[in-house]
Amino acid sequence: MYSKTVAELANGLQQGDFSSEELTRAYLDRISERGDELNCFITVTAEQAMQSARAADQQRSAGNAGPLTGIPMAHKDIFCTEGVKTSCGSKMLDNFIAPYNATVVERLNEAGMVMLGKTNMDEFAMGSSNETSFYGPVKNPWDLGAVPGGSSGGSAAVVAAQLAPVSTGTDTGGSIRQPASLCGITGLKPTYGRVSRYGMIAFASSLDQAGPMAKTAEDAAMILNAMAGFDQRDSTSVDKEVPDYTANLNDSLKGLKIGLPREFFGEGLDSGTADAVHAALKEYEAMGAELVDISLPNSGLSVPTYYVVAPAECSSNLSRFDGVRFGYRCVDPVDLEDMYKRSRGEGFGPEVKRRIMIGAYALSAGYYDAYYLKAQKCRRLISDDFKKAFEQVDVIMGPTSPDTAFNIGEKSDDPVTMYLSDIYTIAVNLAGLPGMSVPAGLVGGRPVGLQIIGNYFEESKLLNVAHKFQVVTEWHQMVPSAYK
Amino acid sequence: MSLDASEVEKIAHLARLGIDEKDVPEYARNLSNILELVEQMSAVDTSDVEPMAHPLELAQRLRADEVTESDQREHFQKHSPKVEDGLFLVPQVIE
Repeated sequence: MYSKTVAELANGLQQGDFSSEELTRAYLDRISERGDELNCFITVTAEQAMQSARAADQQRSAGNAGPLTGIPMAHKDIFCTEGVKTSCGSKMLDNFIAPYNATVVERLNEAGMVMLGKTNMDEFAMGSSNETSFYGPVKNPWDLGAVPGGSSGGSAAVVAAQLAPVSTGTDTGGSIRQPASLCGITGLKPTYGRVSRYGMIAFASSLDQAGPMAKTAEDAAMILNAMAGFDQRDSTSVDKEVPDYTANLNDSLKGLKIGLPREFFGEGLDSGTADAVHAALKEYEAMGAELVDISLPNSGLSVPTYYVVAPAECSSNLSRFDGVRFGYRCVDPVDLEDMYKRSRGEGFGPEVKRRIMIGAYALSAGYYDAYYLKAQKCRRLISDDFKKAFEQVDVIMGPTSPDTAFNIGEKSDDPVTMYLSDIYTIAVNLAGLPGMSVPAGLVGGRPVGLQIIGNYFEESKLLNVAHKFQVVTEWHQMVPSAYK
Repeated sequence: MSLDASEVEKIAHLARLGIDEKDVPEYARNLSNILELVEQMSAVDTSDVEPMAHPLELAQRLRADEVTESDQREHFQKHSPKVEDGLFLVPQVIE
């Protein structure tokens, strides 16, 4: 059962081939057998899952089932889940039981989905390898010595290892797309404002966006149908109609204009990854698409710009963790300042501390103009490059990551080297555009992802473009041999 | 831009982050490297560019000034480090 896609599972449940209870039990058994070796779950909610599954089965027998009723899934541990530990990968929230559900969780619950558990992640979503998690790194199912990517590494690994058919992730600088690429699955970061951020623990509020991580584009479309939509409780949520994302999956790609940014194929790109991306582009040409050479001249600014904007927002967002109202508090503080400093010093890991300090510095008196204001101006230049490009082309393609999965420990000593692994994904967040990663090959036994970037609110187009590729290729069906 | 130990200590204080003295040199080195990366922004002239604070540039939505949430103090304080009579307890601030 666990090798099926969400679409196939939905069909099986509808036909009565199996119940949600049987399906959920099968996944929970698999998680208890194989979950620990990957370190991919922080919390498994077995009992609650079985209850939800039984409720889903009752709903079905009452004739009230929707397309996702009874299908198991996993949530990144950044989403608040009422009554369930929500750690965000941090010691700071190791004792935090969320008092309410994130809107994303609420919506997927209402759709009848069954939560199996909460997945491991980089601490407060700050990382590209899952190594900054308080709970230790997740292992890549393709090679237990390799990182799964980050920050949604646990969510990517559970889908790749078939411990859940689908999961949620969040993407601030590539945190859905890069782990999807490194684990060989399909991940979608929607347009900023498409999915509610309410109850999703904030890292960088002008960049964060939640999306589905799945085996196929079709599955991602089904989940996005339930996730997307306006939410009164998120002031940046966009009040715009949600189309049926599964409706246009099979549209013809004849005449589709695909922009290839020169800057994404230059120095620093691994040759095996480049070959896989070029082979994928050939498939698109065969389907009638046209490749167009384009330039995003300011894309080289995106990593430096991001490492001002994101830390500045993070230092402000993470000021709420002070040991007063919830989360970790140090033992026997002598006074208030000691309590703040030690609670935060002991509760946060080194990468989170680095980013808070960079942000505090960039926002401090005398440095604001040189760093924060400058970064906001560079952000405009980066965003304008995309605007110009989309006057010419329908979608933009390139590699998701400059290389396949690196080894655990390989980049963890040098933050800057680690930051550069998001070089192709970060600009998309700065502009607020939707982006996807789809499996496009294997190099040395490790997956390669093709990145597809769309214009604002064109998730349907992205999913269509990704789905058509998956009709003519089999890369998305690859499963690591140990997890078949 | 390179930061020395005293600057790192000052920033850590501003952010109310307790940092072990032995870790200060490593933070100084890492933060300096990050700032060096960030310096690449200065290569472009942005004097005529309007700063961009938000990807979609929509106006902030307003709502009517009505009570829409009920009081859930007890529920929210259930997992607080220290509470008494509905108040959060912290070390004494005023003698």
